[in-house]
Amino acid sequence: MTRAATPMLAIRDLVVTVDGKQILNGLTLEVAAGEVHAIMGPNGSGKSTLAHVLAGRPGYEVTAGSVSYQGRDLLALAPEERARAGVFLGFQYPVEIPGVNNVYLLKAALNAVRKARGLPEVDAFDFLGLVREKMQVMQIDESFLSRGVNEGFSGGEKKRNEILQMLVLEPRLAVLDETDSGLDIDALKIVAAGVNSLRSPERSCLVVTHYQRLLEYVVPDVVHVLVRGRIARSGDRTLAIELERRGYDWVSGEAA
Amino acid sequence: MSEGAKQLESLIGRGYAQGFVTEIDSDTVAPGLDEDVVRLISRKKREPAFLTEWRLKALRHWLTMKEPHWAHVRFPPIDYQAISYYSAPRSRKDGPKSLAEVDPKLLETYEKLGVPLHERARLAGVAVDAVFDSVSVATTFKERLAAAGVVFLPFSEAVRTHPELIEQYLGSVVPYTDNFFATLNSAVFSDGSFVYVPQGVRCPMELSTYFRINALNTGQFERTLIIADAGSHVSYLEGCSAPQRDENQLHAAVVELIALDDAHIKYSTVQNWYPGDAQGVGGIYNFVTKRGECRGRNAHISWTQVETGSAITWKYPSCVLRGAGSRGEFYSVATVNNHQQADTGTKMIHIGRDTRSTIISKGISAGHGQNTYRGLVKMLPSAHGARNFTQCDSLLMGGQCGAHTFPYVEAKNPTATVEHEASTSKISDDQLFYCLARGICAEDAVNLIVSGFCKSVFKELPMEFAVEAQKLLAVSLEGAVG
Repeated sequence: MTRAATPMLAIRDLVVTVDGKQILNGLTLEVAAGEVHAIMGPNGSGKSTLAHVLAGRPGYEVTAGSVSYQGRDLLALAPEERARAGVFLGFQYPVEIPGVNNVYLLKAALNAVRKARGLPEVDAFDFLGLVREKMQVMQIDESFLSRGVNEGFSGGEKKRNEILQMLVLEPRLAVLDETDSGLDIDALKIVAAGVNSLRSPERSCLVVTHYQRLLEYVVPDVVHVLVRGRIARSGDRTLAIELERRGYDWVSGEAA
Repeated sequence: MSEGAKQLESLIGRGYAQGFVTEIDSDTVAPGLDEDVVRLISRKKREPAFLTEWRLKALRHWLTMKEPHWAHVRFPPIDYQAISYYSAPRSRKDGPKSLAEVDPKLLETYEKLGVPLHERARLAGVAVDAVFDSVSVATTFKERLAAAGVVFLPFSEAVRTHPELIEQYLGSVVPYTDNFFATLNSAVFSDGSFVYVPQGVRCPMELSTYFRINALNTGQFERTLIIADAGSHVSYLEGCSAPQRDENQLHAAVVELIALDDAHIKYSTVQNWYPGDAQGVGGIYNFVTKRGECRGRNAHISWTQVETGSAITWKYPSCVLRGAGSRGEFYSVATVNNHQQADTGTKMIHIGRDTRSTIISKGISAGHGQNTYRGLVKMLPSAHGARNFTQCDSLLMGGQCGAHTFPYVEAKNPTATVEHEASTSKISDDQLFYCLARGICAEDAVNLIVSGFCKSVFKELPMEFAVEAQKLLAVSLEGAVG
């Protein structure tokens, strides 16, 4: 298969500034199709910046380097085009959109993705069936269907909603920005189950996390440690465990 | 300015889709206002003497009044002598008897406005009393309404067919001395709608009037009077738009509603008058007096308005809650973009015991728009156990617009309760990006967020109207984000 040769995501020497401050300093990273990579690192190392720049957030200025997604220049695409092309960002702090129904937003999102793929709009009945099925996976209560987007949700509910959206949209590349933060152990397991249910040879996942706890349930193929905007070290999942034991100073010190 | 704010700026403000002029030979009276003009209007309409007198009393009173300037809006002085107070499309001598007789150009205008009379009327079961400039040119569904005993006529016709009802009720809620613009209207009003729903009758369809200002430099002064007799029910829809002009045009309408015992009047407005261009040139001055009186026990009046147009909107659809146990409601979405100004709200005057009122106001400001909510809740000493709930929410798009809230409360009865909630929010870059990151384009995202914000008002609108309102809102906020 020649396709397998094209990585899902190839980041080369990426330099990103936010508000005039350089956050990513020549980051290079490659994720093959079917792989799950974990991005770990201390606060302020650029983890969330990486996640947002992949999703195309305005205000994150790429001053050098390149990002290719399935062989395409990701940086040339507008945020909504990236989403339609199969890039999904699971937000660390999902916003509330009062009065806008969860299901309505989700349907608009799915239809935008389908339209980009040349598919007709989803049938309302089929759609509701699909959402209900995924809600069960995420153990989300029926009342979710009538509530506003993240309106009055607890932290855990918001995170589960992110993963629910991911399950419905079936992205090719999921970037999960600290999806595990603020979750209790039960919610963490549910979220992990959701993520795992989407693992497949044609999908990849970039899991940004501060702790290795999530990685016990979503077992990564590769773990990277981000320090001062650059990958300081990469390894298999034992790296995450070692990090937890020795702390980030261990890598930071080495990188310096 | 942040990226998101810039996006917002560029998405607000696309062209005004309804800005076209219909070329019809108009019978227009020369500009200016004096007793002769008032008499001429009355004569042209073949009105009974009581009405001519009433108009003249209003004119004399108006001449003693000063244009009010307490609202949070700004406009250059209006030269009332430069306005033509009467303009009627001159088609056939004795007005059209049916749609077939209506000037095809007029019908075309309605088509462009999306009001294909026959289609829409047939499909939606709506009877349309279309007011074109000042004279009603087409009225449909008369027979079905007549069978139910409902009177739905152009005002000028009702004056001739039901003079006793007009004499009894006209000015009984908004007297000719009420305020500068209402008084002016009382002197020169040209046409409008008249509705009478007899005792115990549930009006078999939504009644609808589509107003439109066409002739250059004509003020539009409609007068609408709706009477719901005991135990009756009626829902009335009013839609407005005006062609694009460089000059400002004055629109000073009066609407009076009277609900007797257990009667229910639901009055819905979608106002899309020409708002002026992006620089604030032109547009309608919409200075309107709307008031309803719950005259009987357990009467119920509900105002729902979606205001997206006009250079200046200045209106306070109000309820006088006289009958014990009566209810007043006001649901409003007011949008300002570019240089539009809106000072709108309501007055709930609680007189009877156990009267209840609800006010839900949603103000959306974009561009350089200034949006003011002004409301009065008044509990008179007789209003034992009366209750009010008010919620005012403002949504800001971009950094140059403004939202202002002036809630006045006068409670003179210790058993009355008044609740007020207010909030101001912005369409945040975060909300916008969240939608973008889900594949939804900026424009759809703004529409989504705005409709969410307006949801509690939209759900009060009749179905077809809600759809139209949502579309209008989308059009009026086009360019707000990009």
